[in-house]
Amino acid sequence: MHLPAILPWGAADGFSKQMLLVILSVVIIATFFLLAARKGQLVPGKLQFAGEAAYGFVRNGIAKDIIGGKDFMKYVPLLFSLFFFILVNNIYGAIPIIQLPSFSHVGGAYVLAGIVYITWIVIGVKKNGLRYFKLATVPSGVPGYILPIVIPIEIISNFLVRPVTHSLRLFATMLAGHLIVMIAGSGIEYLVMQENLLLKGTSVLVLVGAIAMYMLEALIMALQAYVFTLLTAIYIEGALHADSH
Amino acid sequence: MNQLIISAAVEGQSPLLPNPWEMGVVFAGFAVLMFIVVKYVVPMFEKTFAERAEAIEGGIAKAEKAQAEASAALEEYKQQLTDARAEANRIREEARAEGAQILADLKEKAAAESARITAQAHAAIQSERQAAVVSLRSEVGTLATTLAGRIVGESLEDDQRSARVVDRFLADLENQNAGAAK
Repeated sequence: MHLPAILPWGAADGFSKQMLLVILSVVIIATFFLLAARKGQLVPGKLQFAGEAAYGFVRNGIAKDIIGGKDFMKYVPLLFSLFFFILVNNIYGAIPIIQLPSFSHVGGAYVLAGIVYITWIVIGVKKNGLRYFKLATVPSGVPGYILPIVIPIEIISNFLVRPVTHSLRLFATMLAGHLIVMIAGSGIEYLVMQENLLLKGTSVLVLVGAIAMYMLEALIMALQAYVFTLLTAIYIEGALHADSH
Repeated sequence: MNQLIISAAVEGQSPLLPNPWEMGVVFAGFAVLMFIVVKYVVPMFEKTFAERAEAIEGGIAKAEKAQAEASAALEEYKQQLTDARAEANRIREEARAEGAQILADLKEKAAAESARITAQAHAAIQSERQAAVVSLRSEVGTLATTLAGRIVGESLEDDQRSARVVDRFLADLENQNAGAAK
């Protein structure tokens, strides 16, 4: 699973396959969308249509629907970049030979969740001033005697747990999916090597299970990219409209 | 693959501890991607969307304008048609009235003419009759005088001579009549 580093070759630390894949993902996304958007024809060709559909999915399906209003366009680039960055890096896990979702290493997930965490706090403070922290932690319409319990819970859930769950959700699903597929692969390999024919035959069952799991993982890879982006949009929306929550 | 799993175990490191180099690469990669997206991808897509929206809205506006123009033209044609019908009716009425007028004039003129001709004829007849009466009167006088002269001038002893005189007178009269007829 942890492939050896490319530079220096085979070392535990260094420039890993993971890093190469992350850089490759940036190249893939940038190339695809630059090519798709470049012509900008009113009647789009196939490539432009695909690019517009993908862009429109994030722009209208996530940013406009969740954030809405007049100023959702400001956050489209962040949501768009997040969605396709995570999507491509996850889909790596479903491509044979590569078979490594970048976020099965926790670092990348921390980085992205951290960027989002800082972003929504900055947005909240810019929009509401320092009053934002009160708005975000003191829910309105709650009886005064419950507040001593509610406020710490809100602080913990909003400012401490939120970035952790945001990053670990992505990391854990990718790692788990990766592990399951890999273990199934190893299991098949192990069973096929057996002398006993019956035991060898059971490898077919594992293969069927592994294919099903592989399909499920592919679905989860796309779903997690969507969930991560959707949560980002919800956090930003919450920060923008803190006074009405 | 067995080795892979083993190597994962051998690392002995919590999977929650990140590799700082990987974090750096992800951060740098994401920053580059964000830059490209903010600088190029989003503006290009938005420009296309705006142009497309404008094209569609412009098309709708154009169609509405054409529609309005067409209905205005139709209205105008209808108006013109109504005008033309009214004009035709008016002309027909005028022609009818004029025709009647002409007919009446002609009739009047004909009646006047016939009256004139009749009057002329009457006058002519009257004058001719007058002339005839005058000439007859004078001629009858002359004839009577001549006859009387003749009768007085000739001897009326024998019947033969008297008969001859009357015969000559009648022949003269006839000749005179024939000359007058000519």
